[in-house]
Amino acid sequence: MLGLNSRDFKLFIVVCIMALAAPILLNPFPTASALGESFNAGYPALMQRFVIFGILVIGFNILFGLTGYLSFGHAAFLGVGSYAAVWMFKLLSYNVVPAIILSVIVAGLFAVVIGYVSLRRSGIYFSILTLAFAQMSYQLAYSVFTPLTNGETGLQVYNDDPQILMGANSPASPHLFGLEMNSQYTLDISGWSFVFQNGYYLSAIFLILGFYLSIRIFRSPTGLMLRAIKSNQTRMSYTGINTKPYMLAAFVISGMYAGLAGGLLAAMDPLTGAERMFWTASGEIVVMAILGGVGTLVGPVLGAGIIKYLENIVSKINDGILHQWFAFMPDFLDNALVSIIHPFIGKGWHLTLGLLFMAVVIFLPGGLVQGGQKIGGFFRRKKTDDAADGAKTPAE
Amino acid sequence: MGILEVKGVNKRFGGLQALGDVNLSVQENTVHAIIGPNGAGKSTLLNVLVGKLIPDSGSVMFDGQSVLGRKPHEINQIGISRVFQTPEIFADLTVFENVLIPCFAKRDGSFKMQAIGAVTGHSDIHTTAEAILDDVNMLDKRHMTAASLSRGDKRRLEMAMCLVQEPKLLLLDEPTAGMARADTNNTIDLLKEIKEKRDITMCIIEHDMHVVFSLSERITVLAQGMPLVEDTPENIKGHPKVREAYLGEAQV
Repeated sequence: MLGLNSRDFKLFIVVCIMALAAPILLNPFPTASALGESFNAGYPALMQRFVIFGILVIGFNILFGLTGYLSFGHAAFLGVGSYAAVWMFKLLSYNVVPAIILSVIVAGLFAVVIGYVSLRRSGIYFSILTLAFAQMSYQLAYSVFTPLTNGETGLQVYNDDPQILMGANSPASPHLFGLEMNSQYTLDISGWSFVFQNGYYLSAIFLILGFYLSIRIFRSPTGLMLRAIKSNQTRMSYTGINTKPYMLAAFVISGMYAGLAGGLLAAMDPLTGAERMFWTASGEIVVMAILGGVGTLVGPVLGAGIIKYLENIVSKINDGILHQWFAFMPDFLDNALVSIIHPFIGKGWHLTLGLLFMAVVIFLPGGLVQGGQKIGGFFRRKKTDDAADGAKTPAE
Repeated sequence: MGILEVKGVNKRFGGLQALGDVNLSVQENTVHAIIGPNGAGKSTLLNVLVGKLIPDSGSVMFDGQSVLGRKPHEINQIGISRVFQTPEIFADLTVFENVLIPCFAKRDGSFKMQAIGAVTGHSDIHTTAEAILDDVNMLDKRHMTAASLSRGDKRRLEMAMCLVQEPKLLLLDEPTAGMARADTNNTIDLLKEIKEKRDITMCIIEHDMHVVFSLSERITVLAQGMPLVEDTPENIKGHPKVREAYLGEAQV
């Protein structure tokens, strides 16, 4: 189906359903309940982050997962994409179509330049070169390029901007041919309220398209070449393959995904700053990919989702909420539990993330996807054991 | 005029003259061995032929074209394949995928962007790849990861990857180095079989005189970067200069 084999097609359908039904799936608890207030993630601002960072890491995985080249400066493409999109808002109009197109193109061109230079080296030197480029972009955005980036204030749309294509009745916020990104429809069903937002659905559609494209790339001859580059570069050149253009292609595709993510971030909220290009942002992308499972198809989306969930949900929990949960216990037990959990919540969410990351790297080097496969394999083995037992019984 | 003509090739590494005025002529459809004691410059010569090293002077003509200044992948594309001392294969990929890559390189050249259509859509490539795996008796192992193969099978796979490109010249860098006698004999048989089945020129660098004398039709002896003699195996066996260079090692 759709040019995919049956296993990939199933995976693709699962991702489609997850993305489209996220506003329902991520709100498992009634809105007003204590659990709902703490754990429900089905609100637009967070769901947008799930899918946009999902797109970013899917692209990163095409480079890192297939070729093994670890780019430590991928946030630069995200930042450049955002700037390009905001400039389109300033110059043309709030329509997101030219903004997103330009963000992908500009990030792609930027990736051609950085990739051409960085790919002269491999391994740790490649990583350092990409890191250097990204940090340079970050610093320049604050200094030399202030006219383009508006420096520390950040780039945003002002009333006196040209916006030459802005019609008289055009919405004053990002929109898709009149469909405003931040307008939403709320569905209330007996205590639950599900929010369906235009901006989220636009991003989700891009996630689905991006995911589909990444499956096709993984299964294509070029994908095979990229995996072979990861495996043995020497054999590649003695097999008559010029590895450079393949690597550059992977790097640019990956950069364009990041540019798309940057453009979408700007389309959800039309302002941006240089901090999007800071090295910790690049590091976060690497952590997302490794947590989910490098080189797997769905791992990157999973990793991005989990990190954004922890960042937004665990950091929101505070001692007061904990006391509420443990109110049924005797006071001394309540206090003891709260003081044990205290370092892991609120500002301490990084500790939770760190422990999770360490556990994954040590016990599941293939990421959470490998964990899923292990569990799946365990159940399958149990099933076949049962079947074997069943077959044996009549014989006895 | 041979398919490979090396004329007056010099290569210095600092004060060491690795190759001094080396001439070599390999005739089409023959097996040509290059032998010589350690440090004779055999590997340096091989690296010049595949484009890994650029000589200080001299010329290397292959099939009427100059090899010098071309990159390894370009030299492969004009028809020279190389088998390494320790098999260089794609260890993380399956046996079948290992063979697919040279098939694509042969059909599509050194770079072609095909990022959308699935690999399984290229049925001509699949047919060729299956045929070559059948040829080296590895079709039943097609789904195995290459890393899990035995050493002999890795050698076979590497050979298949080179042969599927139908090279005009196959360079073999000590194909039996570090092998037990039985494995060495298997490799000799494999090479003989390949030679019988197709028109191919082979150039073997080898230490093992048993291998050299069972396979080659012509032998060049290198010593201290200079070509000592070039002759038939029969004549080389009794040659006094060769005995001197090897200090009696060549008495097979």
